[in-house]
Amino acid sequence: MALLEFEGVDAFYGRIQALRKVSISVEKGEVVALIGSNGAGKTTTLRTISGLMHPTNGTVMFDGRDITHTRPSRIVELGISQSPEGRRLFPRMSVVDNLFMGAYSRNDRPGIASDMERVFTLFPRLLERRTQIAGTLSGGEQQMLAMGRALMARPKVMMLDEPSLGLAPILIETIFSIVREINSQGTTVLLVEQNAHKALEVANRAYVLETGVIAQQGTGRDLLASEEVQKAYLGM
Amino acid sequence: MSTRPAGKRRSLLPPIRFRERMRDRDTAIYGVLIIIALIFPLATIFATDSTFLVSQAGHAGTFVLLAIGLNVVVGFAGLLDLGYAAFFAIGAYTYALFASAQLQASPAHHAYHLPFWLMMFVALFVAAAFGAVLGFPTLRLRGDYLAIVTLGFGEIVPQLFFNFDQWTGGINAIGGIDQPSLPAWITGPWAGANGIAILQNFTCKPFWASSAAPCYSFSFDPIAYYVLVLILIVAAVILVTNLHRSRLGRAWMAIREDEVAAAAMGINTVTTKLLAFAIGASFSGFAGAYYGASFGLVSPDQFYFVVSITVLVMVVLGGMGNITGVIVGAIIIYFVLNSLLPSLPSTVESFASNIGLGFLNDRNGDWPGLAGETQRLQFLLYGLILVLMMLLRPQGIFPSRVREQELKHAAVQEEEAVVEMTHA
Repeated sequence: MALLEFEGVDAFYGRIQALRKVSISVEKGEVVALIGSNGAGKTTTLRTISGLMHPTNGTVMFDGRDITHTRPSRIVELGISQSPEGRRLFPRMSVVDNLFMGAYSRNDRPGIASDMERVFTLFPRLLERRTQIAGTLSGGEQQMLAMGRALMARPKVMMLDEPSLGLAPILIETIFSIVREINSQGTTVLLVEQNAHKALEVANRAYVLETGVIAQQGTGRDLLASEEVQKAYLGM
Repeated sequence: MSTRPAGKRRSLLPPIRFRERMRDRDTAIYGVLIIIALIFPLATIFATDSTFLVSQAGHAGTFVLLAIGLNVVVGFAGLLDLGYAAFFAIGAYTYALFASAQLQASPAHHAYHLPFWLMMFVALFVAAAFGAVLGFPTLRLRGDYLAIVTLGFGEIVPQLFFNFDQWTGGINAIGGIDQPSLPAWITGPWAGANGIAILQNFTCKPFWASSAAPCYSFSFDPIAYYVLVLILIVAAVILVTNLHRSRLGRAWMAIREDEVAAAAMGINTVTTKLLAFAIGASFSGFAGAYYGASFGLVSPDQFYFVVSITVLVMVVLGGMGNITGVIVGAIIIYFVLNSLLPSLPSTVESFASNIGLGFLNDRNGDWPGLAGETQRLQFLLYGLILVLMMLLRPQGIFPSRVREQELKHAAVQEEEAVVEMTHA
C-alpha cells in the first residue's frame, strides 16, 4: 500500500468545487509532482493532506491510517510537513528560531540538534544567516528556510508548494538539486509546481491537474515526452 | 548527520552568544530596577519624612503587574485585548467579596473572611478561568474584530458589578476589605526600622492555626504593601520570562507571526490562544487581589475602559513583547499620570513667579491663571507626551530583540534588494 493515498477527494471553497474525485498515491521514497496551471487545485490538494482543509467526499490515508478529518497539528506529528505556498515563514523570528518552530511537534533535543546541522549542511547559506530575522532574507534564502523548516519535523513525507516561485533561474537549479538530495536521504517528496519542466525532470511520477480533475498521470519522463503536456505546460 | 565531528557543532555557538549579549541589556535594566526598588523607600522616607511616595510606588506596582500580564496577551501572542481591566476587576472583586463583611447583607447572609494569601491564588484562577471564557468565542477573530469583542467584555464586566448591587454593593462599593496578615516571625526588618512602619503585635488567628497566635496585620502599612508588590512582581517576571522561552512561548510567537503557518508547524492554535488569554488574565487576578487589599475599597468605576487603555499604553510604549520594556513603560506612564501631570500646575506657577512672570498667575477675566490653565491642558499634555514618545521611539522604550533587529535590518535589506535587482 502506498505511503500516502488520496482517494476520490472532493473539496470545496464555499460553493466552489476545487477538487473533483482526485486520486493520488505517493509511494515511499518517491518524488511525486503535481503540475497544472493557476487554480487547478494543486495547493488545495496539499491543504487537504495537511488538514488545513477537510474534503467533502473521499479519504486521505497516510501510513495505513485515515487522516481525512485529523487536525493539522496531529498530521505533522504523524510525519507530513510542508513548505507552504508563499513560504509563510515567521518573518520576525530568526532563522534558527524558524527552524526550531519546524521541530515544534518533536521533543528529542539531540535529534533536533542533529537535524539542524543537517539543514545547515544542505543550506550553508542559512548557517551564515542564522541570527538574521527571516523577513529580511532574500527570496531564495526564504525558500531555503521554508524547506529547512519543513525538514526539521523529520517528516516521512515533505510537501513543497511552488518552491521555484519568484526565484532566479540559477536559484531554481539549486533548489531542485536540493530536493533530489533530500529525497536521496530517504524523505518522500510531494512537489507542487508551475514550473512543469523542472518538476517533471526531478519527479519519479507526476499528475497533471486541470480545474480540479486529474487530466494525466505517468512517470516524469513519459509526461515530459507527452505531446499534450508539452503543448500546455512546456511551451513547445 | 549525527556522526559529524564534534568540532563542527560549535557552529551553533555564535547565535547563543549574541542572545546572551542581548539579554545582558535586560540584566542591566533588572539590576538598576532592583537597586532603585530597594533604595526608593529609604530615600523617599528620609527625604520627605512620610511614606506617601512608598504607597504611590506600591500602587504603581499594581500597574506593573497588569502590564506584565497584558504583555503576555498582546506582546507575546499578538492578541489585541482592549478589555483587560475586566480581569483586574474580577480579581479585585473575588478578594473583596470573600474578605469583607459584604456578603452579610447579600442573599448569602454570611460574611466570609478568607485569608489574603489563599484568595490571591483563588483570584488568579478565577481571572484565568474568565480569560479562557472570553478567549473561547474570540478564537476565530483577529486584529480589529478581536479588539472590539474584548472591548465589549471590558465594558460589560464593571457594569455587571455595578448592577448586581445585591451582591456587590454596586455604586456603594465594597469597603472594609480585610488586610493581609502574617505570623509574627515573618515580619522582618522592614517593619521595625525606627518606628517608621507600623508594627502591631496583637493576637489574631491565622487560618491554619487552631489557637490564637501572635501575628502581624498589614493594616495599610505602605511599606508592607511595597514589599509584597515587589515580591509579586519578581515572581511574575520569573514566571513570564520562563514562559517566554518555553515551547508555549515560541508557539505564541509563531501564532502572532502567522497563524496558518503556525498550524502547519503542528501547533494547536486553539489551546495555545486560550492559554494566552488565561495566563495573561491570571496576572491581573493577582494584581486585583493585591489592589483590593491595599486600597481597602473596590468599586466598579475603578475598572473602566481608561484602565485597560492605560495598561495597553504602558505595554506599547514600553516595548511590546519585552518584559523589561513593559515594566519601565508602566513605571513611566504611572509617574506621568499620577505625579508629573497633577503637580504640573503648581510647578508652572512657581516657575512663572520665579522668572518674573508672576502676573500670569493672577486670574483675569477669561484667563484662569497659569495654574488653572495648565490644569485644563493636562490631558492635552498627556497626549502630547504620548505622541512625542511614539514618534521618537516607535518601537518602544526598550523594544524586544526581534523588533530592534527588524528595524536595523530593514535598511540593509533594501540595499540588498537593489543589488539583487541590478544583478538579475
